[in-house]
Amino acid sequence: MLAFLLRRLLTLLLTAWLATVAVFAVLEAVPGDPALVMLGVNAQPDTLAALRAQMGLDRPLAERYLRWTGGLLRGDLGVSLTYARPVADLVAERLVVTLPLALLSLALSTAAAIPLGLLAAARRGRGGDWAVLGFTQLGVAMPSFWIAILLILLFSVTLGWFPAGGFPGWEAGAGPALKALLLPAVALAVPEAAILARVTRTAILDTLGEDHVRTARAKGVGRTAVLLRHALPNALLPVATVLGLQLSFLVAGAVVVENVFTLPGLGRLLYQAIGQRDLIVVQGVVVLLAVFVVVVNALVDIACAAVDPRPRAEG
Amino acid sequence: MTVRRLPLSLRLGLVLVALLLGVALLSLVWTPFPADKVRVVARLRPPGAGHWLGTDHFGRDVLSMIMVGARNSLSIAAAAVGLGLLFGVPLGLAAAALGRWGDEILARLGDLVFAFPAVLSAILLTAVLGAGAVNVVLALGLFNAAVLARVTRGAALAVWRREFVRAALALGRGPLSVTRVHVLPNVAGVVVVQATVLFAVAIVNEAALSYLGLGIQPPSPSWGKMLGDAQTHLFNAPLQAVFPGAAIALSVLGLTLLGDGLRDWLDPRQRGESGLL
Repeated sequence: MLAFLLRRLLTLLLTAWLATVAVFAVLEAVPGDPALVMLGVNAQPDTLAALRAQMGLDRPLAERYLRWTGGLLRGDLGVSLTYARPVADLVAERLVVTLPLALLSLALSTAAAIPLGLLAAARRGRGGDWAVLGFTQLGVAMPSFWIAILLILLFSVTLGWFPAGGFPGWEAGAGPALKALLLPAVALAVPEAAILARVTRTAILDTLGEDHVRTARAKGVGRTAVLLRHALPNALLPVATVLGLQLSFLVAGAVVVENVFTLPGLGRLLYQAIGQRDLIVVQGVVVLLAVFVVVVNALVDIACAAVDPRPRAEG
Repeated sequence: MTVRRLPLSLRLGLVLVALLLGVALLSLVWTPFPADKVRVVARLRPPGAGHWLGTDHFGRDVLSMIMVGARNSLSIAAAAVGLGLLFGVPLGLAAAALGRWGDEILARLGDLVFAFPAVLSAILLTAVLGAGAVNVVLALGLFNAAVLARVTRGAALAVWRREFVRAALALGRGPLSVTRVHVLPNVAGVVVVQATVLFAVAIVNEAALSYLGLGIQPPSPSWGKMLGDAQTHLFNAPLQAVFPGAAIALSVLGLTLLGDGLRDWLDPRQRGESGLL
């Protein structure tokens, strides 16, 4: 296990380093002068020179990269041109929206998907199975931002139960804040739940065919008990793997859904930074999200290897 | 001789995809109105005899926009998947043929690309190069190439272990010849199935980027942009937010059913494993 852990950590560091190189290289590829791109053609020469100095554009490429990554390691993502504030502070402010949104969405999708997968497996080939499979097909086909708009149409415009957008802040109390996050979380959760329910169903059906489950049945254990005590715990490993991997899709989904609901999260910060040509914010947020995805993928691998030694042995 | 019956998912998928293609092709020669024809006096009309799906906030015919949007969406998805096939399949085949080092390099490159979900890399590219269809194709194509390289490599490795390949090598065939004659035809099915799924993903991602204003630029219609515009008129014209979304969902549904059906048809052992129909 130790050798696997070290190898996986090495891969994690290598991928994270490559991600920083990729983000840096892409932003270096800005046609023309990045400072001019950010400030516009009407910028004053002294403002332009100050920004060039701040971005280190007067220094060699390698030095710029090393300074930038050195800053990253210290938690310094640079200073936003638009907000005139450290990007790290902006990220910290926006995380209090994006993180609860992602966690709420994961909780909702898991809470819906596991019972649905279990139901479909228990009723294989019958009405319940078909209903769940129909939901999973539709859930995967409907983009989360369209689901978000439909939810606004139904619950905000027609019924008036939820706000159509915005975020009151946690200082307004947990109730109003969670109320503002619920519809976006549901919009993100539906496609995730559809995928997860499919995986749960397949994993349970696979487990039902294994010897220990057949033995339990032969010894007279009831069908429901077999499903809950034998099949479900063994099926949770592939479910947990997919759940971890879905976090990266959640990151991408949150960028769009936060904009549908005008939630002041990381996704909205990134979107606004593009409109404002604030490349320092874009660079900081994208590299942070990419490293987050890399770390989550590694943690999923390590957790799976800790539970199931087979992939570890295969290298 | 028995003819294998096509799975229901494949038949449904074929019907939906044929419909999508038909609409896109028809829009080349006919739409009820020119898709970019602005008539402010006829803005936000509900569905009716004149405009079957109503009009948008500029008075443009929604049905015509959806038809042209289908063409745009399909073109971008096809280009993104084509780019993925062009680079991903040779990379995957080469990694499988080259053995350990090729494998290792491909795995690390894959890890890097997967660190950036397709929408995120598209946002990064558009931040640098500007919004537009070409940059969306580049970003989605890169992601598709990584996925296809990984899938091709996995399938090709399995073929390399088979006896007829060992026999061909023993007879003096080189790796290139074995790849072309034996490996490629045997991985083609898996690649086609994966490409179908990626086509669906590309349609969703293109719509998401166009919704954000980073994809297809006006006045060219796009389903994602139509949804973005409709959101600002939810009170006056709620149905405008339904039709473009339904077009996306039906297209993705058709393509995923087609992918699942093809997988079941090409490998009947997996029937039902996808859990569908």
